Amino acid sequence: MEITSTVFTAKAIYVGVIFAITLGVAAYSTYFERIFAAFFQDRVGPDRAGPMGILQPLADAVKMFMKEDFIPSNASKWLFITGPCLSMFTALMTSAVIPFGDTVDFGNGLRFDLQGIDVNIGILWVFGVVSLGVYGILVGGWASNNKYSLLGAIRAASQNISYELAMGLSIICILMMTGSLSTKAIVEAQQNGHWNILYQPAGFILFIICAFAECNRTPFDLPECETELIGGYHTEYSSMKLGFYLFAEYINMFISGAVMATLYFGGYDYPFYDVVNDAWGTNIANFIGFGALIGKALLFVFVFMWVRWTLPRFRYDQLMNLGWTGLIPIAMFNVVWTGLSILLPTSFNLPSWGSIGVSWIGIPVLIAGLFVYHAVVGGKKKKVALAR
Amino acid sequence: MQYWYFLTALTLISALMVVLSKNPIHSVLYLVFTFFCISGHYVLLNAQFLMAVNIIVYAGAIMVLFLFVIMMLDLRRNAPESKSTLTKIAGVVTGGTLLVIFIAGTKNMSLGEVGNSYNSQTGMVENLGQLLYKGYLLPFELVSILFFVAMVGAVMLGKREAGERNF
Amino acid sequence: MKLSNKTKVLEQEEMTLAERMYLPAIAGGMLTTLKHFFQKPVTIRYPEQKRYLGPIYRGQHILKKDEQGAERCTACGLCAVACPAEAISMVAEERKKGEEHLYREEKYAKVYEINMLRCIFCGLCEEACPKQAIFLRHDKMVPVFNSRDEVIFGKDKLVENMDDRYLREGWK
Repeated sequence: MEITSTVFTAKAIYVGVIFAITLGVAAYSTYFERIFAAFFQDRVGPDRAGPMGILQPLADAVKMFMKEDFIPSNASKWLFITGPCLSMFTALMTSAVIPFGDTVDFGNGLRFDLQGIDVNIGILWVFGVVSLGVYGILVGGWASNNKYSLLGAIRAASQNISYELAMGLSIICILMMTGSLSTKAIVEAQQNGHWNILYQPAGFILFIICAFAECNRTPFDLPECETELIGGYHTEYSSMKLGFYLFAEYINMFISGAVMATLYFGGYDYPFYDVVNDAWGTNIANFIGFGALIGKALLFVFVFMWVRWTLPRFRYDQLMNLGWTGLIPIAMFNVVWTGLSILLPTSFNLPSWGSIGVSWIGIPVLIAGLFVYHAVVGGKKKKVALAR
Repeated sequence: MQYWYFLTALTLISALMVVLSKNPIHSVLYLVFTFFCISGHYVLLNAQFLMAVNIIVYAGAIMVLFLFVIMMLDLRRNAPESKSTLTKIAGVVTGGTLLVIFIAGTKNMSLGEVGNSYNSQTGMVENLGQLLYKGYLLPFELVSILFFVAMVGAVMLGKREAGERNF
Repeated sequence: MKLSNKTKVLEQEEMTLAERMYLPAIAGGMLTTLKHFFQKPVTIRYPEQKRYLGPIYRGQHILKKDEQGAERCTACGLCAVACPAEAISMVAEERKKGEEHLYREEKYAKVYEINMLRCIFCGLCEEACPKQAIFLRHDKMVPVFNSRDEVIFGKDKLVENMDDRYLREGWK
């Protein structure tokens, strides 16, 4: 009984730490988003609050709380409040199954996984929670009783559903290679440098594109497209309710970065693990692994920002076209090719790098196939009038 | 066991609210909540895979589409006020018949002893996969082909006709 | 309906398949932004750091004095006539005996006021002045005012201080 309560306490502390890290990262993402935006545009960015402006998130939070908390008169009040809560809730729920680190040994036979819970459907949990994330936007947008909010919400819904398909198909390739739905098993299969990115280059590109769409980030941020929809689904929101929506977006970014690191970049694996393990012991090595995963996730957050300040927004029909006629067929091809890259090396006794080779050949094959198809079916080029 | 009672009560209440709430949007949201409760029941049965799939497919995709359509059509304002006597009578007759059938069906039902024959691992992914890919391979593949056709159809519908301008 | 024969339909080649793969173009764009990421910011942090505005910038007005410290202005009113915004007004006064060290000409401006809310800093007063008395200085901007009382600048704010004379490049 004592051990159980110790484990419970340890889990509670762990959950608290993950919670704090997630929220801290989300808060500072708002600051770094602005700083990076400034750097990409040869500016300085916020630098007034504290040295280098590092107190900016605090100032923003104070501002958010001090603002008038406004509820439109004809809004559905409870749903209006539920919307941002749901967004925040679903954003935070995903991290439960992400293995942030390997097992830590406390002595006395107390071993503790740096993971919320290792369910054997781990990745499906992530997928399910992500698919629920749209409810926050949908409910909030509808409850605002505003046409623009509603349009933003509807855009978010259809966009999320469309891109979930391609995302699911790219996850399936990972599942085929690992043979398990558990996130822990997926990470353990990638230890010692056998990162899935080596075997799944196309899958990773598909996944990251879909992650952009699921997080409603540029170039897929049509639900909050200012030029068309004022503010999108959060047009009517103010104060901390708006803060929750924005916060949820940054949390989603961080968590999807962590998911991508887990699925494609070896999770908590890092080079020279063995050296560290020999020098300082397993626990230190595993804590460094914890840091490695956070580092990888932050790197992805940077990529999210980098893309945001590089690419313009898609048009809505382009978005749907890309999702349905671009990504899904490619994802299906990728599933088939992954099967090939698993089967071929085993049937012909290729060396271990054979699988990697077959996977990378898939990309030129796909491109060549597209060109052949285009040459056969595409017909001749025609001129398009820019204006009429 | 108390979890079961709690979940069942929640399920029943939210299912009733689906029928009773005036606003179709509220109905849909209650229905989503009902699906969550049912997923909770799956968890109690240790069927994690079904729980996840239930959430992904029903709560995450189908109900979003329902909500989507209802929001688009905006049924709040111009809800058809079909309260003629004929529909009322028809409703009572249909509901009554259904009630009678339910009562007749459950009257002689015996809650058989599950006992030791129940395997808690039945609902795990591995076992489910073994069952689907060994015992029921043909129907499973047929269903997957059906889905594939549906998906291709969706892509075809999404493709723009030549010369058509949608913007 | 064509209004004129000048309309021209602009046409563009439909994108080739290679172009429609986007990813190489996206990678190129991201490299461009990454290059800027490491470049020095061009920002000038204004209140602390001030940009040099050039030798002919038109800032706050100044009523010049000559080398002996006598005011050059003779209150001819040409600047007020030239002013398109009608910002300048003045009251002339005849110079008394013993005031020769204060005013260079026989007539001088007892009151000289510029309404800084009206002034558009066009510099026409400077051009109109026959005595080279009024200038728009290049090194100082009109300070921010907080109330309407501060808007009209009188002689106390406009006349040159002999301890801190205003000199333009190329004058000496």
